[in-house]
Amino acid sequence: MIPAEFDYYRPKDMAGVLSLLEEHGDDARVMAGGHSLIPMMKLRMADVPHLIDLQDVGGLSDIEVGPDAIKIGALVTQADIIDHAGLTNVAPILREAALQIADPQVRYMGTVGGNVANGDPGNDMPGLMQCLDAAFTVVGADGERTIPAREFYEAAYMTAREDDEVLTGVTIPLPKGGYAYEKQKRKIGDYATAAAAVQITKDGGSCVSASIAMTNLSDTPIYSEAAGAALVGTSLDDAALSAAVAAMLGDIDPTEDNRGPVAFKNHVAGVILRRAIERAWSRA
Amino acid sequence: MKDDITREERVDNLKGMGCSRKRVEDARFTQGKGNYVDDVKLDGMLFGDFVRSPYAHARITNIDTAAALEVPGVLAVLTAADLEPLGLHWMPTLAGDKQMVLADGKVLFQGQEVAFVVAEDRYAAADGIELVEVEYEELPVVVNPFEALKSDVVLREDLVAEDGSIPDGAHGPRKHHNHIFTWDAGDKEPTEEVIANADVVAEETMYYHRTHPCPLETCGCVASMDKVNGKLTLWGTFQAPHAIRTIVSLISGLEEHNIRVISPDIGGGFGNKVGAYPGYVCSVVASIVTGKPVKWIEDRMDNLMTTAFARDYHMTGKISATKEGKITGLHCHVTADHGGFDACADPTKFPAGFMNICTGSYDIPTAYLEVDGVYTNKAPGGVSYRCSFRVTEAVYFIERMIEVLAIKLNMDAAELRRINFIKKEQFPYTAALGWEYDSGDYHTAWDKALKTVDYDGLRAEQAQRVEDFKAGKTRKLMGIGLSFFTEIVGAGPVKNCDILGLGMFDSCEIRIHPTGSAIARLGTISQGQGHATTFAQILASEIGLPADSITIEEGDTDTAPYGLGTYGSRSTPVAGAATAMAGRKIRAKAQMIAAYLLEVHDNDVEFDVDRFVVKGAPEKFKTMKEIAFAAYNQAIPGIEPGLEAVSYYDPPNMTYPFGAYVCVMDIDVDTGVPEIRRFYALDDCGTRINPMIIEGQVHGGLTEALAVALGQEIAYDDMGNCKTGTLMDFFLPTAWEVPNYETDFTVTPSPHHPIGAKGVGESPHVGGVPCFSNAVQDAFRPFGNTHTNMPHDHWRIWKTANELGLHG
Repeated sequence: MIPAEFDYYRPKDMAGVLSLLEEHGDDARVMAGGHSLIPMMKLRMADVPHLIDLQDVGGLSDIEVGPDAIKIGALVTQADIIDHAGLTNVAPILREAALQIADPQVRYMGTVGGNVANGDPGNDMPGLMQCLDAAFTVVGADGERTIPAREFYEAAYMTAREDDEVLTGVTIPLPKGGYAYEKQKRKIGDYATAAAAVQITKDGGSCVSASIAMTNLSDTPIYSEAAGAALVGTSLDDAALSAAVAAMLGDIDPTEDNRGPVAFKNHVAGVILRRAIERAWSRA
Repeated sequence: MKDDITREERVDNLKGMGCSRKRVEDARFTQGKGNYVDDVKLDGMLFGDFVRSPYAHARITNIDTAAALEVPGVLAVLTAADLEPLGLHWMPTLAGDKQMVLADGKVLFQGQEVAFVVAEDRYAAADGIELVEVEYEELPVVVNPFEALKSDVVLREDLVAEDGSIPDGAHGPRKHHNHIFTWDAGDKEPTEEVIANADVVAEETMYYHRTHPCPLETCGCVASMDKVNGKLTLWGTFQAPHAIRTIVSLISGLEEHNIRVISPDIGGGFGNKVGAYPGYVCSVVASIVTGKPVKWIEDRMDNLMTTAFARDYHMTGKISATKEGKITGLHCHVTADHGGFDACADPTKFPAGFMNICTGSYDIPTAYLEVDGVYTNKAPGGVSYRCSFRVTEAVYFIERMIEVLAIKLNMDAAELRRINFIKKEQFPYTAALGWEYDSGDYHTAWDKALKTVDYDGLRAEQAQRVEDFKAGKTRKLMGIGLSFFTEIVGAGPVKNCDILGLGMFDSCEIRIHPTGSAIARLGTISQGQGHATTFAQILASEIGLPADSITIEEGDTDTAPYGLGTYGSRSTPVAGAATAMAGRKIRAKAQMIAAYLLEVHDNDVEFDVDRFVVKGAPEKFKTMKEIAFAAYNQAIPGIEPGLEAVSYYDPPNMTYPFGAYVCVMDIDVDTGVPEIRRFYALDDCGTRINPMIIEGQVHGGLTEALAVALGQEIAYDDMGNCKTGTLMDFFLPTAWEVPNYETDFTVTPSPHHPIGAKGVGESPHVGGVPCFSNAVQDAFRPFGNTHTNMPHDHWRIWKTANELGLHG
């Protein structure tokens, strides 16, 4: 658990970050909270000769709640999310999810930016951001661009962000209706056996919109458009729930690990989704 | 002379036995001021770390250290070839086997020590490790002990004669090249006959999975060879510092007086720190070679993957009874997976520990136990993880067999236990497998436990739950876990307990200072048990000086008397007894001094709390403080100056703590998630020295029991890769996962222990594991479950529900 030698940089602005990335290419990685990257370096599974710490780059730690959207800077920690009353008022699912990430010590260091940018299928924020139809802002030598969360993840640790780009923030359209982030895990600090993010709106007794994303059940987070569609227009009766679960199961592709075999994960994914939908519906 | 305080106040001032005295250790621990091995920092200290095998079974064809030696700061890379001239490339294990210190031509488990890189700092050592080039030739891997006994693959060529025959091992004849020993107890034929002719026989096969003690502080040491005076100082995480000193002397050839072993503060042991590990040997050799101190500290993965697993017992049982439920016979066979070397930490004559306590708390007239030890391509170990030697396995076995028999008899499992308990009047009771239980009152404890939890009410609630489940009103089942255990601790009588020939007595040496305070040193070593608090309490009651005025010191072999250390709940039964006995020697001399000072005959004074009084004239007395001063400063005819005593205590028998536990659990059938609603633990550890510490011990032991029962395991894939080498996958419960525990007690003092104490630290683990497991099993019993193997993690519980058709 001792990392290989690396050079450590702490630039004061984004220009400094980008020039280091340009200079060192693949040999450089940026770090926010470090809670994913540092363990990988200590296990010598990540070879990072040049480590660029974003902590001194200003302007990345803000939470802005606007009339239509929320902006969250890349260095906002999970603890910041949990403590921000204004954010919880408009998007309570963020707090509900953040409280299920690791433990308080990790949440004081772990950041939203790092969680979504790393591309670890076990992370909770990516699925949540897909559910909320968030967009990620990345900046590179050619300037800034935004990438929808639903198009960001390509495979485990592979994302649409280029190596010389830095993820600077997340923009989330103000969520509407009921919400739930349901997660089954073996213990505090564990990744999900299965987790579901659900946001639902209703009109009278009928579902108007439903957005569903699943965590740690494929090598990327899974936004299941079909599962949401199966609920729209229904009264969320048992048939609709079963259809949503069936659609979701068609989209995920879990693998066996110490949490259990595929059959178990599929079953639990269905149970967890069903519970998330029911809770979100009760809050809609 | 008159006192201004009452006798009661004098008793309170001592903070002696029975007082919930606050732990004196905690001031430093809670302020980060503990002194652990990794806190030892010496001038010029080097760091050593291992190149470890990625393969579970492979031949080593070449080791090239040249590139590693080029790394700045790397000073040396030791391999077996370097240790061989010293005869240190192999070392003896506590189980009579031998173990490679560094891979001698082959490796037998993943993570095995292949080379030792010595560097100026940890970073250089880690860089050097990366550059040691080892060429491996993979060999077929055997991870299943049943297959190992049939396999042509020879794991230990060193244990096969040149003509291909299999020489005897340390424990007798071996049946196969991968077989280590067969050990048995009891009467084979009579047991088989009783079972063959019984009214009812229940049979079950169960696997007690491999797990690991996982103390928060991993194993480590600092070796410092002073070439000028020829003395070796070895700081380490040793649960038995004196035994380590003797072993180091025996294998290194250094004279024992030139070796000083120091166990500083230890961050939990749980059996993990009993054995001798290659890191110790390599650090000592590296220090001798370089002339500088060398530190070796495991990281978490090293610890989980290589030092001292626990359990891994495949057990097959048969239990017979009359139609009325009176047990008539018990048969147990164990296939014990010991990994690549037999490094179990048991008394030498007991290669399966005290597994022959497996008749439990029951009056079983006929029994037979047979254990076969087997080599596989897994890490060595086989330590007693928070239990006396293999007692968790034994108690789990009998407490599952009782449940299985209850199902077969269609009888309530609590009642089945009650009608088979050894009765109070039967003690001392000699069990069919040989042990003499010193004392017990099982019926009283059991009745108290069942009454407190309203057992009948719980069963009624459970029946209603089953109905509701069947009617589709709930998806949660309710399980009631029962367990009644008898521990066997305090190893032990030297006549049958030794480790590598070292008798398992223990010791205490007391020095009273002239002003009436004292220091006592013991052969044990606390790893968090609170010895500095509780041993002072024993002494306070015995010698009448306040516990706050008594320093307890352990762990430095240059100052502490010889002892066999702390494990198997032996500290209180053995060293605690030595403490009381040494205290009584102090008191005996104090009595003579008091009599002289009071100008009466020795027999005319008697001890009273903190003083000697003249019989019949309590206003005439000398306090122990006054006596201490006189002992040093007054010429007393016929009595040597000073007030000191030492006692080496060889216990006449083990002690047998027992307890009654009940767990109430709700299980989500769809996710496999268990929720512990209630846990009640009644412990009888005999005389209670410090109730607060007992409660803390019970909480800790139960938490480790919960861990083992509900998910904690060391698992391997078919290639012998360890799948649980980090705390992501190895379950170490936090406050979040732990339920509220209700603790209770009865007191049945040990008749042979000087203060009647029996030991408690391990009881809750021993009794807790079957209690948690039985709760899971009991939830599914109404649907046809008889037994499922631990650990009961989410997916395995889900699998049970699935196989019973509960998912529709």
